Amino acid sequence: MLHKMIQTHTSQVIKVGIAQLDVVKMPDTIRTSGLGSCVGVVLYDETKNIAGLVHIMLPDSSLARTETINAAKFANTGIKALIEKLKLVGVQPFRLKAKIAGGAQMFKFSSENDSMRIGPRNVEAVKRELIKNNIPLIAEDTGGNSGRTIEFNPVTCRLSIRTVNQGVKDI
Amino acid sequence: MSEVQKITSLHLDVLKEIGNIGAAHAATALSSLLSRKIDMHVPKVEMVSFNDMMELAGGAETVVVGIFLRIEGDSEGSMFFILPIEQANRFIQSLINDDQFSFSDNKLSELGVSAMQEMGNILSGSYLSALSDFTGMKIYPTVPGLSVDMFGAIISTGLIEISEVSDQVIVINTSIFEEGFDNRNEVHGHFFLLPDPDSFTSIFKALGVA
Repeated sequence: MLHKMIQTHTSQVIKVGIAQLDVVKMPDTIRTSGLGSCVGVVLYDETKNIAGLVHIMLPDSSLARTETINAAKFANTGIKALIEKLKLVGVQPFRLKAKIAGGAQMFKFSSENDSMRIGPRNVEAVKRELIKNNIPLIAEDTGGNSGRTIEFNPVTCRLSIRTVNQGVKDI
Repeated sequence: MSEVQKITSLHLDVLKEIGNIGAAHAATALSSLLSRKIDMHVPKVEMVSFNDMMELAGGAETVVVGIFLRIEGDSEGSMFFILPIEQANRFIQSLINDDQFSFSDNKLSELGVSAMQEMGNILSGSYLSALSDFTGMKIYPTVPGLSVDMFGAIISTGLIEISEVSDQVIVINTSIFEEGFDNRNEVHGHFFLLPDPDSFTSIFKALGVA
């Protein structure tokens, strides 16, 4: 009987799009695809097996030239919004830890265009925001010039990273 | 995003015509480069969310060959030429006379890579010079960059400028294909022209539909 119950609760993969965020509880996992210069930030509570993921595009909401902003798009507002959403499902912020991936430079250009260096700037901004919120950064796979697809499992707390050339690795 | 809200069907037709003229010239250039018949579809001009943008070439994770350049000058924006791996292989194999060449190899032959880069140069050059002739605008493309990677990772490079202003993107999407392969969507190559939000006014002004 118990066996049957476990079988019926199959785990789902929750997908997070670009400039979006979401949270999962075990046994579900959370995933985002095709990170280039964007950064995927995973915040997790290993005691509760809950995790959140935000797929950020830009370092700071001060770059926005609009009246209303999508919080999940920026490092500063995205991480704050994710912490708030995790609080709503019962996570205490002091328990949160972080793993991050992304921030690549997909094309090499001699041009000094700032938007070409956006990957490293995103990574720096994410790290600043984590420090500001006292969230320890446990592992990262950032920079380089490859796209990444990442998936986090809140049970094992491992972040699995797939690239086209190097296959899959866990951090 | 007030610029976008003011876009009428006349504006959309003008943007379609840009895609039409640009891609027609590029398809002709590709056809003479490869001595093969290359055809194109009617251009689509769409306003899509960033996530819908990912679906225009098979999803964020689909591995593609991507050529990217920035356009500077009277009108600014990003331009991509995206080829499915299978089709890029066919083109480059025929260009360098090496039927073993594959973009899926871990160690890419330098000759194949520079052939692809050159193809990107020629195609984007003919697309953009047609665009410049049609509009009378002075535009300066950067040297194209090449990447073989996930479509989402490649295309998001062109969404950065736009994302400061909007959560949606206007994309001029033209697809080309080798004649005889038109019913197989996976072998379509795509030109994506993504004008920066501030550039629409100058495009419409240049064409007298401001």
